[in-house]
This record gives sequence, C-alpha cells and structure tokens, in this order.
Amino acid sequence: MTDRVAPRPWRLALPSMGGGWPLVLGLLVVGFWVTVAATVSLWPLDDPLQMVAKRLQPPSAAHLLGTDALGRDVLSRTLHGATFSIAIAIVVVVAAAAIGIFLGAIAGFFGGILGGAIMRLVDVTLAFPPILLAMAVAATLGPGLENAAIAMILVWWPLYARLMRAQVLEVREREHVEAAVAAGAGPFRVLFKHVLPLCFTPVLINATMDFGQVVLLAASLSFIGLGATPPTPEWGAMISEGAKQFYHWWIALGPGLAILTVVLGFNFVGDGLRDLLDPQTD
Amino acid sequence: MTRYLVRRILATPLLLLGVATVAFFLSNVVRGDPLASILPERQMDNPAAVAAAKARWGLDRPLPERYVVYLGNLAEGDLGTSFRTKRPVSRDLLERLPATLELVVAAMLFGSVVGTGLGVVAAHFRNGVIDHGARFIALIGSSVPVFWSGLLALYLFSVELSWAPGPGRLDPALPRPDGPTGFYTIDALLAGNWAVFSSALAHLALPAIMLGWAVLGIISRIVRASMLDVLGQDYILTARSKGASTVRILVRHALRNAMVPALTIIGFSFAYLITGAILTETVFSWPGIGSYAVDAARSLDHPAIIGVTLIGALAFLIANLLTDIAYVFANPRIHLD
Repeated sequence: MTDRVAPRPWRLALPSMGGGWPLVLGLLVVGFWVTVAATVSLWPLDDPLQMVAKRLQPPSAAHLLGTDALGRDVLSRTLHGATFSIAIAIVVVVAAAAIGIFLGAIAGFFGGILGGAIMRLVDVTLAFPPILLAMAVAATLGPGLENAAIAMILVWWPLYARLMRAQVLEVREREHVEAAVAAGAGPFRVLFKHVLPLCFTPVLINATMDFGQVVLLAASLSFIGLGATPPTPEWGAMISEGAKQFYHWWIALGPGLAILTVVLGFNFVGDGLRDLLDPQTD
Repeated sequence: MTRYLVRRILATPLLLLGVATVAFFLSNVVRGDPLASILPERQMDNPAAVAAAKARWGLDRPLPERYVVYLGNLAEGDLGTSFRTKRPVSRDLLERLPATLELVVAAMLFGSVVGTGLGVVAAHFRNGVIDHGARFIALIGSSVPVFWSGLLALYLFSVELSWAPGPGRLDPALPRPDGPTGFYTIDALLAGNWAVFSSALAHLALPAIMLGWAVLGIISRIVRASMLDVLGQDYILTARSKGASTVRILVRHALRNAMVPALTIIGFSFAYLITGAILTETVFSWPGIGSYAVDAARSLDHPAIIGVTLIGALAFLIANLLTDIAYVFANPRIHLD
C-alpha cells in the first residue's frame, strides 16, 4: 500500500499566503462558534426544547430564523447545536489522533509482526468508503451521539496511524538518532526523546484540517438518523426535520449555514496553519 | 513500477477478505445475538424461520466455523435477507444499481466537463475576477453539506421557480422505460420515446448538478494548477509565436497535457461521489443504492446495511486500484515503491 494521503480539495482552492488572511478569517469564524458552544446557556435565548411560539412561523423580528414544526425557535436551536458539533469534533479528532499516533509510532518504530498487523488493520479500514463504515458501525451499535462518535473514531484513526508511521520511519533514519543509539540510549529513550518529538507536527496539522470534515460527517450521520436523536438540537438532525417540512425552508436554513461556516472556518485555519508551520510541503 | 502494480493487484483479494471479516465481526460478534442480525424481530418466535436461519448461517456451530460459512455465503453472492423489503439484499442492490450509476455518471460528467472548462478559464485569467469566482465555487462545493444544498436547491428550483420537476426519477404518470441499460435517459432514447426522455433528463439534472459540484471543485483546481504549469513551457511560446489563436493554444496545446493529472483523481472523486450519492439520493427520493442504505440504517435493517457496506467497499477498492493504474500509466516517471 502506498503512503499517499488523499489530497484535500480545499487546499487547492485556498491561496497560499503564509498563514495570512485565510488563517485570520478562519480563526474568527471558529472562535465565534467555539465561544457560542461554550457560553450558549448564558445567552438570552428561547428554550431550544420548548414550544415558544406558533408552529412553522417564517422568520420575523421575534424569531429571526422562524419556528419549527413543534413551535421551537430555530435560531436558539441552531446556536445550541454548536455545543454538540464542536464537542463531537474535539472528541473524535483527539481520540482518533491519540490512537493513530500511538499505533502508528509502534508500527513505525518496532515494525515486525505487531507493526505489520497494525498496518493491515489500517489498510482494511481505509478500504471502506468512510461514510459507509461509519453507518455500519453506528447502525450496529444503535443510534445516539456517543455511538456515532465511536463509529467516527474507528473510521478516522487509520489516517493518523499511516501518517505517523511514515514520519517515524523517516525520522528514525536521521543521524541524530544514530548518534543516540551509538551513545547507548535504550529503544524507549530513543523513541520518546529523539524520534517522537519530531513526528508530531504533520500529524497535528492534519488533525486541525480534519475538524471540519468530522463536523460534516457527524451532521451527515445525524441527518441519516444514526447520530443525535430528537429532540436534541443537533444540526444534521435539524436539517432532517427541515426535510420533512419541505415547504418551510427556514427550518433547515440556520443549521445548514452553521455547518457551512464551521467547515469553511476549520478548513481556513488548517490551511493557514500548514502554510505557517510546514512551509516545505508545497 | 510493474512490481508495484502486481503487488497492488495481489493485495486486493486480501483486502476484500479483510473487509468481509470486518462485516462478519460487526454482524456476529459486536451484536450480542447474531440471530438478531439475520432475522427481523417479528420472526424471532417463529421456530421454523429460526431453524432455517440457523442452518443457513451455521449459527449453532462455533465462531470459526461460522466465519467459514459466512465467507462461503458471501462468495455465492448471498448477502442475507433484508428485514424491511423481505427480499434478498443482493437482489435489492442489483435492482437499484442502475439508478445510482446513472446519477453518479451524470454527476461525474457534469463535474469533469464544467470543472475542466472552469479550470482552463481560471488559468488563462489568472488572479482575475473569474479565477477568484472559480476558487470560491470550488471552496463552497467541498465544504457545503450536500444534504442541505440539495434540499435548498430542490425547494428553490422546483417549488419557487418551477424550473425543475420534483423529486424522483420520472414523472409518475409516464411509463418506466424498459431497456438494456437501466439508465432511464438512455433507455428512453433507444426506444425513441421523447416524452419519457425529457422527463428523465429533467429529473436527473438537479441532483446530478448538486452531486457533481464537489467533484467540479476538485477538478477545476487540479486542471488550473496543471494548466499554469504547462502554459509556462517552451512549446507554448513556440505555438504562440507561430500565431496560433489563444483558444487553439489553450485547448489543443495546453489542455491535452494538463488533463493527465486530472485523469488520475477518478478514485479520489469516487469517495466523494459515494458519500454524496448516499445523501443526495435521500434528499431527491432517488431510488438508488444510497437511499436504500439510508432507509436500511434508519430502520436498523442490519443485513441490508452490511450488504451495502460490502458492495461499497468492493467498488471503492476497484476504483482505487484503477486510479493507481492510471497514475502509473499517466506518469511513467513517478515511482511509488
């Protein structure tokens, strides 16, 4: 198998400006949504789970994004949805990166039967179209946000494992490692002191770039009905409710724009970070 | 180079075995009662059905033996029986395959033709308004949730503007075209039935455009990058000094060479198309494998969802293999091993 990692299309779309304005814009957008996610319970908003007005009202001054089929305020539900999307993105990316870094480092540094077994597991997992494997795992475990998160971690860790292994294999051959081995350092000291510290940057940059994709996949699973369950104000689930009330377009408008801006924001941040920290990749 | 390809081709059956093992693990080990992955709940207290399912899938035997039985059934193309449709999953999938293929092929056509055109124009007017516009379109296409953009487009173009028909593959009043391909547009054309053809094409257009958007973005950016690369080369200068027209230089001289890298991303776009098809079919009530998968997932129809996953992985593996082969043939100087 190759260690070719799929190119990310938005990378091609963004102008390379050494961090520059995409990074600033992305940080502003992501910062906004993270702030919303952390503080939304303090905002003077309608209860996202209670009927606050007539059902299916179009946008008005009292309810800027209208009300849904149960008379709940769409704006309030959209803002509350940030909590779930941001939290699930953090949990999935951190857990998948931790697992992938750990197993990838073992596979790269020690190799052998264990390393081979890890990499075959990586190959098989990456042989599935991601959304289908996530759907199959989530459907097996049963609907719910926790199970959707587990499914996404299982789908995502192999990308980091493959990247980490490639890094370790490369760094392991450098001269300073040879020097450490010659000086009598044990394998664990070499791994932790001399190899791993140089391997993290590319994996971490990739992890940042993946936040947006995780938000998108989580929303897709909820839209299908395998993630958040009603009445949770999760964006994908809200769009699914909007699809059932097809002629009341405003129900899906808020959550859709929220997903679009979060994903764009994360893509901008990831891309800006890559230009800033890892200028030699292009 | 050949060694790399041979290794890739030899690895494919092993990967398929791995994929089948994951499916077995999901339906027999993760779920406490494997019978629950095979029989719908209502059939559970029917002793005849339980005995038949146990015999068919070897459930009374130990796990390793069951694994062999499972693989044997898969090799025969038996993916189990859907709880929801009460029919063999393989038959359901075969019946729905043409609808998905028609949508995916149309989306790919739209994405590559418009994407290539956009890439060429963007490269010619580098850093101009058109270039920035193309960049914006590409960026939105790869960031927008397709189940939302499809929904809005359907509302806007079919309800508000009445430019497009509603969801589905065909006007329900019209007879389904019967033909060799299963593509409604082509079968209607072959039968010379213009009313059916135009209805099928009108129904196909909007979902194909929404699905093709993500691919369009990727292709336009790759074509633009490689056009810029090619346009700087000496032979272009020669063509220009000979007095060839701009269009001729762009299309005949530059694009021919610039297309090569774009051709090699079939497999990569395929992952996007699978994800997109699942969600787009759901929004547009398109009777393909994608909406089947979502219906299966929503009703926890376990045999069906595992069946779709297996078929999807098979298609994905083949597409990736073809991409690697195309990659090798398009760039003979590149060494992958």
